[in-house]
Amino acid sequence: MIRLHDVAKEYTHSRVALSHVTFQVKRGEFVFLIGPSGSGKTTILKLLYMEEKPTHGDVWVSGVNASTARRKEISQLRRKLGIVFQDFRLLEDRTAEQNVAFALEVTGVSKSEIPDRVTRVLTQVGLAAKASQLPRQLSGGEQQRVAIARALVNDPHFLLADEPTGNLDERATRGVIQLLREINAAGTSVIMATHDLEIVRKADEARTIELNHGRVVFDSADAPPPETRYTPLVGQPAIGGPNEGNWPAPPSEAK
Amino acid sequence: MLSVREAWNASRRAPLLSALGVITIAFSLFAFGLFALVAVNIRHALRTVEERVEVRAFVADGTPADAVATAMADISAFPEVARVDFVSQEGALDRARKDMGEFSDVFEEAMLPASMDIHLRPGLRDPGRVRSVADRVRSYQFVDDIRYGEEWVEKLYHLRTIAAGTGLGLGIAFAAVAIIIIGATIRVSVLARAREIAIMRLVGATDGFIRAPFLIDGFVKGIIGGLLALLLTWVAYRTVDLKFFKLVFFDPRFVVIGILCGALIGVLGSATSVWSHLRRI
Repeated sequence: MIRLHDVAKEYTHSRVALSHVTFQVKRGEFVFLIGPSGSGKTTILKLLYMEEKPTHGDVWVSGVNASTARRKEISQLRRKLGIVFQDFRLLEDRTAEQNVAFALEVTGVSKSEIPDRVTRVLTQVGLAAKASQLPRQLSGGEQQRVAIARALVNDPHFLLADEPTGNLDERATRGVIQLLREINAAGTSVIMATHDLEIVRKADEARTIELNHGRVVFDSADAPPPETRYTPLVGQPAIGGPNEGNWPAPPSEAK
Repeated sequence: MLSVREAWNASRRAPLLSALGVITIAFSLFAFGLFALVAVNIRHALRTVEERVEVRAFVADGTPADAVATAMADISAFPEVARVDFVSQEGALDRARKDMGEFSDVFEEAMLPASMDIHLRPGLRDPGRVRSVADRVRSYQFVDDIRYGEEWVEKLYHLRTIAAGTGLGLGIAFAAVAIIIIGATIRVSVLARAREIAIMRLVGATDGFIRAPFLIDGFVKGIIGGLLALLLTWVAYRTVDLKFFKLVFFDPRFVVIGILCGALIGVLGSATSVWSHLRRI
């Protein structure tokens, strides 16, 4: 279970990344975090995997409070989370299977257990045949699958994905989204930050939380009145309206 | 075991960086080693001079031999005293002749008084103690005069204090520079693996787990750097010893301590570099 209550995050007094953010995510949900650049999507994910602490409010992830968690608790928590990034973050000098095995080795899984688990998860993401290839020998979509395999290999409760399709072409994007949906169908909650509304539109049944200027402006779980979905500059809903995807610029860029 | 493998793999993946690390440690310790060699030799030279510090008590003519023997037994029991030698008139003459070389014939027989030569223990030869021994010996009635080169002892002791103080100060400075350079070298290798460390943290590795390979790496580099520094210092010692003047080398205990210091510096440098890096991620 993930719970954010009245969360604010300020980097400096003039730079407020999040304010008054409240929502919960239950096990098994698929949630899209959407919003323009600088709206706070990545900050929310950082709070969830506890790279950042909230300035105000509470962030609870699987029973761990981000404000009071010690470094060791954070390490233990991250073993229950899978984290995927736009830039894959693979180790370039290790093969696909070594990258996946790395996540098990550094968490102290016994050596005899590792090969089976790596093979299973690489098969799950459709890369069993390319297990011995280095990242540079793989396409972007394949590299992201390796990253997803690494995130999955510890059987996480939650998979956090920060713009996982940001560097991929349309075909690879479809493949990665399909993979994330399968992972979700198998019981893992998925929270995916994206600014690609096309992806969100095609996933009708997923929950969508829209952020703007660090605030939640729409949460499909709350079924809010339509006007709350209007963005301040274009005056149209971000999803499903004529200005779909046309978010206002963040405050620093707005003229 | 995994930490050892990780440390080895990291060194293998970046051989140039590892070699640079070892060489930096070696040269920092070599600079320290050269300084230590100079310090050890100055200390050795001073100790040799110091061994000549003695109190000479001249015995009046006609003093009964048993009175002198009793006094010598008493004086030998002083805590500062290592040894007391009796030099007869003839012995004094021989010594003077030997010292004077070509002017040896200026001395006539029985011209010089007999004496008790009192040698002090190492570490108990400071001016205060020498004076105190001299004062006590002077209280024997048959002692005519006493000589211990008061000014000379004070100068020597002063020189020793300056040498020790300078040595300690420079030694600390050299060691500090070595630690800073080694810390910076290890910091470079930590930064070179920053991506790997960040991924380790993301997948749930504990700080201890991340730190271990770096500590092993620092330890091994420290030992290898220490051995290389020892070799370089030995070559420098042999060169000076053979071509210029006689030197003494470190005693084996000092060598072992030096290498262990290299390892310790490696481990401390690694620990602080990784610690400060981990604090930021």
